[in-house]
Amino acid sequence: MKMWFAAHRRAFTGTLSRLAAAPLASLFNILVIGTALALPLGFYVVLANLQGLARDFSPQPQLSIFLVPDASTGDVHDLEQRLKSQSNISGFRFVPRAQALETLKSRAGLADVIAGLPTNPLPDAFVVTASASDAAELAALRADFARWPKVAEVHVDSDWARRLDSLLALGRYAVLMLAAALALALVAITFNTIRLQILTQRDEIEVAKLIGATDGWIRRPFLYFGGILGAAGGAAAWLMIWIALLVFNTQLQPLAALYDIPLQLAHLTAGDSLAALLFAAALGWFGAWLSVRRHLHAYNPA
Amino acid sequence: MTDIVLSKVCKRYAGGHEALADITLNIATGEMVFITGHSGAGKSTLLKLMAAIERPTAGSVIVNGQNIGALRAQGIPFLRRNFGLVFQDHKLLFDRSVFDNVMLPLDITGFDRREGAGRARAALDKVGLLHKEKARPITLSGGEQQRLCIARAIVHRPSILLADEPTGNLDADYATGIGDLFRDFNQVGVTVVLATHDMHLAARLQPRLIEVRGGRIVS
Repeated sequence: MKMWFAAHRRAFTGTLSRLAAAPLASLFNILVIGTALALPLGFYVVLANLQGLARDFSPQPQLSIFLVPDASTGDVHDLEQRLKSQSNISGFRFVPRAQALETLKSRAGLADVIAGLPTNPLPDAFVVTASASDAAELAALRADFARWPKVAEVHVDSDWARRLDSLLALGRYAVLMLAAALALALVAITFNTIRLQILTQRDEIEVAKLIGATDGWIRRPFLYFGGILGAAGGAAAWLMIWIALLVFNTQLQPLAALYDIPLQLAHLTAGDSLAALLFAAALGWFGAWLSVRRHLHAYNPA
Repeated sequence: MTDIVLSKVCKRYAGGHEALADITLNIATGEMVFITGHSGAGKSTLLKLMAAIERPTAGSVIVNGQNIGALRAQGIPFLRRNFGLVFQDHKLLFDRSVFDNVMLPLDITGFDRREGAGRARAALDKVGLLHKEKARPITLSGGEQQRLCIARAIVHRPSILLADEPTGNLDADYATGIGDLFRDFNQVGVTVVLATHDMHLAARLQPRLIEVRGGRIVS
């Protein structure tokens, strides 16, 4: 067991010194892998942030019922009774047309425009909170309300959030596919890097095999090399995204001030970062394993 | 007891060239054997079959009771650890020091490094290269490189020493020194098999002689 640890420690330190022996080549290798990983990881970061935003803004499943302009107080009362007997809603609120106008006036410098209107163009409205957020149920509810007397129009207010959600789901698939393609690229990169290493270390491999080295012994430093290369590439990708976010967030400041909301893109969580790093290391290791497996066969006796 | 048993061994290469035909040979533990013959007679092939570097086309090669023809690839490294191999072209690694070249067989078997260092120095001392342990092999003369190759072959204390033309391109003085080394190993019980056409060496060491001609044993 102690021997096993010693052998692995030697392979590990040997790999590090081999990386250090050709610093420029190692750096470029790591940068290539880093770039390949930064793309899907970066998309993932943006997506995760958008998802957070969508969650924050996503309202309760709400519908607005707009009445016809000539609806009387009696009509409003009728509808109120109907809504009270409705079982699949969790609440509702009446917005009289006068109040709606006041709200509009107080906002966004529209006071002048509204003052110029001869009559109040806004209808009375009910804002209804449905108990279910399911799209089909909301649609059914909406059709129901639309059939009621004196109802001009019904809007499902949370529609945009749902659209954003399904758009984000699409984005997640895109990230997954991109990640798969670039994972393949990473495996190919390590495969080739290790292939070159095997070629330059032909003599060493041949001699080691001749004097009794097992395939495992010969394979080990290459596997370490692939794994370390992958992990270093993952770390490089993490750094690239960190720098990109730093720049992006600075640029985002004026926009955030304009809308008066805290708009900041967050980096990967510690857990996600660790997972990305381990995944990159595993891919590098796998590329090296494929390469060594493919190229060590040449040294077996015929 | 016998270390190496070859019976009815043939080796034919792809392309039809028959390097060895119908070789039957026993080499006992502790024996010293010279395989002689012209170049191309099949001496090297014979050694390669013994070291499991090549597999026989027909017949069986049995080393320490293990049939090389039937040996799985995973078993070969462990079989090879019984051998010390001395190559005609040395096969030294030029990217590391003389000392590290000798350490290689011990690293491979997972030998403790500090204990191994002592053994490596003892092996270097044996071949008279201890003062050059930090040098690079490229700076050594041909004779020194050959001795370094021998040091690497004996450092893990193998039971069988296989050497292919160990005195091939050395002048007489060096050749004599190297011959004495092999005799010393043989005297402590190591089986020594040499492929050589150096008859001066044979005259000095008085080994059992096996002459190969055209892929067959003639005497």
